[in-house]
Order: sequence, then structure tokens, then C-alpha cells
Amino acid sequence: MSLLDIKNLSVRFGDANAVPVVDGLDLRVDKGEVLAIVGESGSGKSVTMMALMGLIDAPGIVSADSLSFDGTDMLKLKGRQRRRIVGKDLAMVFQDPMTALNPSYTVGFQIEEVLRQHLGLSGKAARQRALELLERVEIPGAASRLDAYPHQLSGGMSQRVAIAMAIAGEPKLLIADEPTTALDVTIQAQIMDLLLDLQRDQGMALVLITHDLAVVAETADRVCVMYAGQAVEVGQVPALFEAPTHPYTEALLAAIPEHSQGARRLATLPGIVPGRYDRPHGCLLSPRCPYAQANCRERRPGLDAHERGAVRCFYPLNLSSEVA
Amino acid sequence: MNAVLTARDLTRHYEISRGLFKGHATVRALNGVSFELDAGKTLAVVGESGCGKSTLARALTLIEEPTSGSLQIAGQEIAGAGKAERKQLRRDVQMVFQSPYASLNPRQKIGDQLAEPLAINTSLSRSERRERVQAMMQQVGLRPEHYQRYPHMFSGGQRQRIAIARAMMLNPKIVVADEPTSALDVSIQAQVLNLFMDLQEQFNTAYVFISHNLSVVQHVADQILVMYLGRPVEMGDAERIYSRPLHPYTQALLSATPTIHPDPAKPKIKIQGELPNPLDPPTGCAFHKRCPYATERCAVEVPELRLLDARQVACHHAEVINP
Repeated sequence: MSLLDIKNLSVRFGDANAVPVVDGLDLRVDKGEVLAIVGESGSGKSVTMMALMGLIDAPGIVSADSLSFDGTDMLKLKGRQRRRIVGKDLAMVFQDPMTALNPSYTVGFQIEEVLRQHLGLSGKAARQRALELLERVEIPGAASRLDAYPHQLSGGMSQRVAIAMAIAGEPKLLIADEPTTALDVTIQAQIMDLLLDLQRDQGMALVLITHDLAVVAETADRVCVMYAGQAVEVGQVPALFEAPTHPYTEALLAAIPEHSQGARRLATLPGIVPGRYDRPHGCLLSPRCPYAQANCRERRPGLDAHERGAVRCFYPLNLSSEVA
Repeated sequence: MNAVLTARDLTRHYEISRGLFKGHATVRALNGVSFELDAGKTLAVVGESGCGKSTLARALTLIEEPTSGSLQIAGQEIAGAGKAERKQLRRDVQMVFQSPYASLNPRQKIGDQLAEPLAINTSLSRSERRERVQAMMQQVGLRPEHYQRYPHMFSGGQRQRIAIARAMMLNPKIVVADEPTSALDVSIQAQVLNLFMDLQEQFNTAYVFISHNLSVVQHVADQILVMYLGRPVEMGDAERIYSRPLHPYTQALLSATPTIHPDPAKPKIKIQGELPNPLDPPTGCAFHKRCPYATERCAVEVPELRLLDARQVACHHAEVINP
């Protein structure tokens, strides 16, 4: 049984007729795997995970057939019950470590708070465990950092503290939302190493939300590519990078400067992601897709399984057999 | 000589107050940078936050005065240039910033913002300015009806196009672009990079391209300047540096950059720790505390840039590490 099973998740802002920000998303995460969710700004990748954590407030509307995490339907949980899971079994690391930490409290206090709330530790035991956690995330001079305030730490160090807080409850699933986007490349490499190390060490599953395909290629087991609120392709790494089946994935890969192969111009996808008022009637990519045909503009394709994953396209690329 | 931009031993130091009873501390944000840039070429400045890339940009665009060293734009020395000469020189160096939203005036129409450099620096009539603006808008891929719109009505990529158009209005010799695509999505980044390349081809503009994204840099650069804590550590032909980096920091940067096709046989070079405090930089080579090859000599003696394998490199042990 998979650890996380999302079925037909939709998130809207406004009323029930509003354009969905996440549109009928199915997603499965197995125990101990690294799943990456890739997409451009506004594709709904962060909102999906916010919905799972119960962080979407009115006027946001979350609907789903099921949001099952470790056998519990997260949709049906209320207040106290939800808080018992979120932050303990299901934890999150955010993009900007500076705003994720409370500037008015010391690092030690904030980590101990998690331990008090979720594990019932207090006093010396909590402090000792907080110290171990700081050491686990490889903060040099951990003992002296317990009494530091977030502004005294660099971006990379703050992100390590945020990770220490997230793993304090030994989560089964850690969601990392653009965890390295705000960091320099050598620090990015250190943080990614740390996350993967923790993931293997504790056998937890990791959902990595990112727009950086290269980071995905180096870290993930499976990828879900999102476009305008829909999953357009799901596949294994590295197969998805070698032979993408959806035109959008292909275009994203071609747009990376690494793939220019000496050409002066990069391949681009014309136009921009459809907004609220110009959402196409047919396939959401059809106005920008170089392979679009007449029926692409009339009907929306479903996400269909194939030999290597799933793809939402009438005319998938690089497949030997026809899509069922 | 056809270098449009020549920098020699450029330094910029900042005095930082440490309180009432302590003396001032000096941050050497830029410490001896020299390069030459030809028309139509691109110099990429690479390094992590705090390495002095943005300080360099500010010095090159005459926003800040360098503490010492010489800077020549199109053969003319900046130090000692009078007010009128400076005004003329500023026309030749334009800048594109990282955040296109912050660099556009939210209360001014796009057309007016693009016409402003012309209104200030030329004696063109209103209708001539309008014509020039519309020609430039077309060039960067904006539609004529965008003339009357405000910045908030555009997407990030379009705003960056507007910022580029504004920088190009006076047909500058040099454009300094400080992280121009790091706020953009990959597919939009590709469109904006293509625009940069097209404009360069057409106007023969020299670019100083500041970025921390090494795969973007590889695509655009002719020359690369790698900086660490205010000092250049390696400089030379882009292809040469990418195919065989000599400085341990350059090697670490390239190795840390994720790629789509990772090579499992090639282990990643991992460097420990973070950038040292610029108020209290390490003695000797600034990189020695994080460098896997550091010896006693590195802790004492500052390595100077020297010529090796047709590029400049500042490392005592460059030959030993790269046999």
C-alpha cells in the first residue's frame, strides 16, 4: 500500500465555478521513495502539498475523492487530530528558511517546541534531543548554535535548522518545497545531500517540489510534471529525461541551456501558461504545442498509463506501443 | 585596440562602523579585478553571494566610485572625468536588474518609461521618441498596444523584456545584466536569453553577464571571471574553463551544479563549510579553509593570478592538482 494516495484532488479559490488551481490530480507516493513534482510558477505544485497539509484557508476550496496518508483520510480530519499528524508524521521544509523560522525565538527553543508538542519531551531531554538534531543536520558547533537567533545564521544554516525541525518527529513523509532555490550552488549541493542522506537513513519518503529539472535528475526516483494545475506526465528517472512522452516535458528539457549544444538560440515554447481568462477549451497545452491537432483543441486528454508511466496527451512521443 | 571596457586592478572597499568604541572595519568587497571586454562579446561573472559580483556591477555602471584602480569605457578613463563627460559615459553603460518588477516604475506607462532615457539624453521630439520606442518594443517582442500599459499588467518574462528594451534605448556599448533570468521560469528564461543573444548580434553590444547559474553562463559567455570573496580566482576563455577548470573553487562550483544527465562515474567534489565572514577574511588564500588541496603555504601567502594553460588562475597548487 502506498504511503500517500491522492485521488482526484482539486483546489479552487473563490466559488465552486472558479478555474481550478489544481485540477483533478492523482498522485501516489510509496514508502521511502523520492518523488519530484516539477512545474513552472503557477502550475499548482505547491498548492497540492498545502492542500494535503490542510494549509488552504477560505476562500480556497479543497475537494478530493481521497487524500489518504498512511491509512488516514486527511480530508476528514479536523483541528486537533490533524495537528497530531502534521508536523510529526508529515513534515514540510519551505523555500525561504529566513521566513520559516520565528525571528523572536532562539533556534533551540523552536526545535524544542516541536519535541514538546509532538513527542512530549521537556526540559533537559528536549534540549539534549535538539542538540542531537542540530548535529544530525551537520551544523558546526551545534551546542553554541542552540542559543542563536535566526538572524545570526546564514541562509544555508537556517535551512539546516528548518530541516532539523522537520525531522524532529521522525516523519514518514517529508515535503520539501523548493528547499534550495534561495541558496548558492555549493550550499544547494550540501543541502540536497543532507536531505537524501536523511531520507535513506530514516527510510522516509521525500516529496521534492522544484522547478529545477537538473536537481530532479540527480535526486528523484520518480517525477510528476505539472502544467496549469494538471499532472501531464508521470515517469521514472532517468527514463523520463531520456525519452519524454509529453510535448511539454520535451519543451521544458529543450529550454535548458545545458541542452543548447553550442547553438546560439535555445529552443523555446512560444507564449505563456494560460491564465484564468484564456484557459483553452481543449488540451491546456494546445495553444503552445507544436504537435497540436484539431481534436487537441476540442477535447481534453486524460492521464493514461503506458509502459513507463503515464501521460496526458493524445499523441505522446517516444512510445513504442499505443496508449490504451 | 577595440576593447570597449577595460578594468585594471579595480577595488571597492566599504568602511563598516562597529560601534562607538571600536575602530572602523573594512570590507574588501572588490579586490583587484582586471579584465578587457571587446564589443559584441560577453563576459560572465560567476560566484556565490558575497563574492563581489554585484559590487563589480555597481562600479562598472558608475553607480559607485571604485576605491582604487582604473576603469576605461570605450578608451576613456573614468577617474578624473568631469560631470558632462560622465553623463555621456553613463549613456554607454546600461544595466538590467534581477527583479524586473522592482526595476520598473509601477505608476508609469511602459511607453513613457521607455521614452524617458531619450527625453533626458537626446533632443528628439515627442513623436520621434514615440517612434523609436515602438521600434524597440517590436524588437524585444512586445506588441504596440502594450505602450499604454502599466508594469503590473505584464508577466515576469514580459517585464524583463521591457527592462531590456529600456536598457537598449540609447544604444549602449555595454549592458551589465545582474542575474537577469534568475527570477524566471525555465521556458521563459530561454526566451529572454534568446532575446539577449539576438540584440547582441544586431547591435554588437558587449555584455557583462552576472550569474550564479553556471549552465546559463555556459550558454552565453565568451569569457568567464570566477570570483571568490572579492578576488578573481580564475579568468579566461569560457570553453576552456568549462572543459578543464583549474582552480579548486571553479572545479567545485562546476561539480556542484546539477545536470540533467548526471554521470555516476564522476564523483561530485564536495566542499565543506560556507563563505567566510568578509569582515574577517582568512589569511592567505581566501578559499583555503574550504579547499581540499590546501597546504600551509595557502594559509600564509595570497596567491596571485598567473597565466597557466591559456587562462589566469590564482592558486599555488594549480599544476599539482591538474597534472
